[in-house]
Amino acid sequence: MQLPPALHARLAGAPGAAEPLPVERNPKAGAAPFRFMARLVRFPREHEFFEEGDVQRHLYLQDVLTQVAGEPEKPRVPEFTCQVAGCCQVFDALEDYEHHYHTLHRNVCSFCKRAFPSGHLLDVHILEWHDSLFQILSERQDMYQCLVEGCTEKFKTSKDRKDHLVNRHLYPADFRFDKPKKTRSLATPQVTVQVSAEALGADWEQSEGDAMEGCSEPASERRTCGHRIPPTICFGQGVSRGFKSTKKRNKHQ
Amino acid sequence: MWSGRRGSLRPAGCGLEELRRRRREREAVLRKARREQQLISKRLLRDDAPGEAEEGCVAMILREAEIQQFLRLAQRGTEEKERERALVSLRRGLQHPETQQTFIWLEGSMRTLVGLLTSNQALLQLEAARCLHELSHSEQSAVAEACLPATSYLLTYLSGHSSDFIELCLYTLGNLIVESEAVRRQLLPQGIVPALAACIQSPHLTVLEALGYALSQLLQAKEAPEKIIPSVLASTLPQHMLRLLQPGPKLNLGVAMEFAWCLHYITCSQVNNDLLITHGALSTLGLLLLDLAGAVQRTEDAGLELLACPVLRCLSNLLTEAAVEAVGGQMQLRDERVVAALFILLEFFLWKQPSLLPEGLWLLNNLTANSPSFCTSLLSLDLIQPLLQLLPVSNVVSLLVLTVLCNIAEKGPAYCQHLWPGPLLPSLLDTLAFSDTEVVGQSLELLQLLFLYQPEAAQAFLQQSGLQALERHEETQLQDRVHALQQIALHT
Repeated sequence: MQLPPALHARLAGAPGAAEPLPVERNPKAGAAPFRFMARLVRFPREHEFFEEGDVQRHLYLQDVLTQVAGEPEKPRVPEFTCQVAGCCQVFDALEDYEHHYHTLHRNVCSFCKRAFPSGHLLDVHILEWHDSLFQILSERQDMYQCLVEGCTEKFKTSKDRKDHLVNRHLYPADFRFDKPKKTRSLATPQVTVQVSAEALGADWEQSEGDAMEGCSEPASERRTCGHRIPPTICFGQGVSRGFKSTKKRNKHQ
Repeated sequence: MWSGRRGSLRPAGCGLEELRRRRREREAVLRKARREQQLISKRLLRDDAPGEAEEGCVAMILREAEIQQFLRLAQRGTEEKERERALVSLRRGLQHPETQQTFIWLEGSMRTLVGLLTSNQALLQLEAARCLHELSHSEQSAVAEACLPATSYLLTYLSGHSSDFIELCLYTLGNLIVESEAVRRQLLPQGIVPALAACIQSPHLTVLEALGYALSQLLQAKEAPEKIIPSVLASTLPQHMLRLLQPGPKLNLGVAMEFAWCLHYITCSQVNNDLLITHGALSTLGLLLLDLAGAVQRTEDAGLELLACPVLRCLSNLLTEAAVEAVGGQMQLRDERVVAALFILLEFFLWKQPSLLPEGLWLLNNLTANSPSFCTSLLSLDLIQPLLQLLPVSNVVSLLVLTVLCNIAEKGPAYCQHLWPGPLLPSLLDTLAFSDTEVVGQSLELLQLLFLYQPEAAQAFLQQSGLQALERHEETQLQDRVHALQQIALHT
């Protein structure tokens, strides 16, 4: 196909168009037995006209998805430690560190140190657990907000909210980010793992499957973390990058 | 503009010919699937024999006891590295369909996996998500549907901040979405549309591409026009989609591609295209078209036609909306650079992907049908000859080319004066020799218009043995028009 040489220049030029030529139709045009009529054409979703393009699209998708499912490759860097106070994780890949940071340090309640998957859930938690005004107000109006993004419903009690989550939004009844506030208790029926410091290893962690209940008390951060760190590692001034020790240490590979 | 996918996963020891052959096979399978309206990409993954070694990662068939052991280790192991390794082993095993089956039927397995997914152990969480992703890939409904208990968490994590993790959740959701209406019936009340609307504000390109994929799967669903598209249109998603399609230095090809397809699934469903037009879709897409034509000249980038295709489709369908005139939409597109861009893309298609030519010509029809301005542009930019060069490509293409020419001719003598004298008549005489009835029929229509508005053309037609060319169709279903044309030619 040979395009006129000026065409590419026209594309790069200014917007605009030549004055349209005058239109002058004769009634005989398209008269029987002829039938041409200029008309706009639209094709609906499933029309076979789209077959070719759709096939090309899906071929492309298949290639992309095969790559996504493949073994992730992570570029390695010299070992470094998480710099958040009290955290002793060591990393050798930046992606691992990014995920660690966002999971454990990003949306952390400054009152009770629990970590949340999003800013939204953290805000709801602070409001419902640490705001004394909330308790007072909730006696008079519906204060428990639905957790689903975009739903503006509010409820009188946490149980009502849970019922709403289950019935209206088809959430699981044991949704882990909606545990009602209760006195500290480590044993809940759903927890299937032993919550013990040694078993969990030296890592900032809360009981399995129970994000809003932690095994920590506000003032005991150091204590809880303390007995999970091998004695040879100290944090603060003593830590240097690429710390090498023959003792057991945390490392994410 | 183009940010390629990380690396290319190619089976080892595969020659070019072998790749081509596989691609043709895959195309045939996809074509069949589309005709049965079963076009689901995820399902057709891993055509290769299961267990094929992929860069050192082997899919093993795991037995029940082994799965249980890995899960136990992951949950209760003492060393983190040990726990992680257990999950990695499980994930590798889950690439195999048999392992997937064993896993889902094992009591408590999904529950444990979801527990690991929601633990605060960051890297266990990631590996658990990867296991889930493997399951979501499955060709078997039962396996994918077994992942349903995890969806509320996947959606919750979309409002987190770890981009790799969010990306993984999105691809997993995309795979699950396409699985069955049952899955979508759960995801919609769980708030997938608002979750996506919030997540689309992420600055991470990988997240955006994954989101586009998930959304495109959602919009492609059979029940989408009634059950999904209205809520998508009511959200902020359309504005964000159009933002991500704006040409400029920030345009990313992979991301734009996904959202262009999303827009196509919305527009061709004809739910509320007027809304898209008020959001400026015509303007954005028109500018994008210009940008694409420019890019096509500059680079050999793989994949530009994959973005051009949905853009052309959206423009073509949107132009049929009544709102176009109301918003002065046609005016935005009165820019003759659009025509220039379209022809540059047609030339590109002819070389790269001829099967997409009809789509480009469809847009040309919708641009020229009711627009003296665009018809004039075609003439003033000297594009009749290039258009005629497309006639021999295929019957569908010929028909569309002739239709566009009719669009121009029917506007009257001022237009036909530019069609003849010129290369048009000889080309038409050639098309009269085609066997396809529709193509010949459209040629007859064009000749009638030409003779009506440019009578000298009839003389030239007779001199160039036009009557003989018509004779071969005298006994066919075209005979009425053939006879009429013969009369016109003789008596003009």
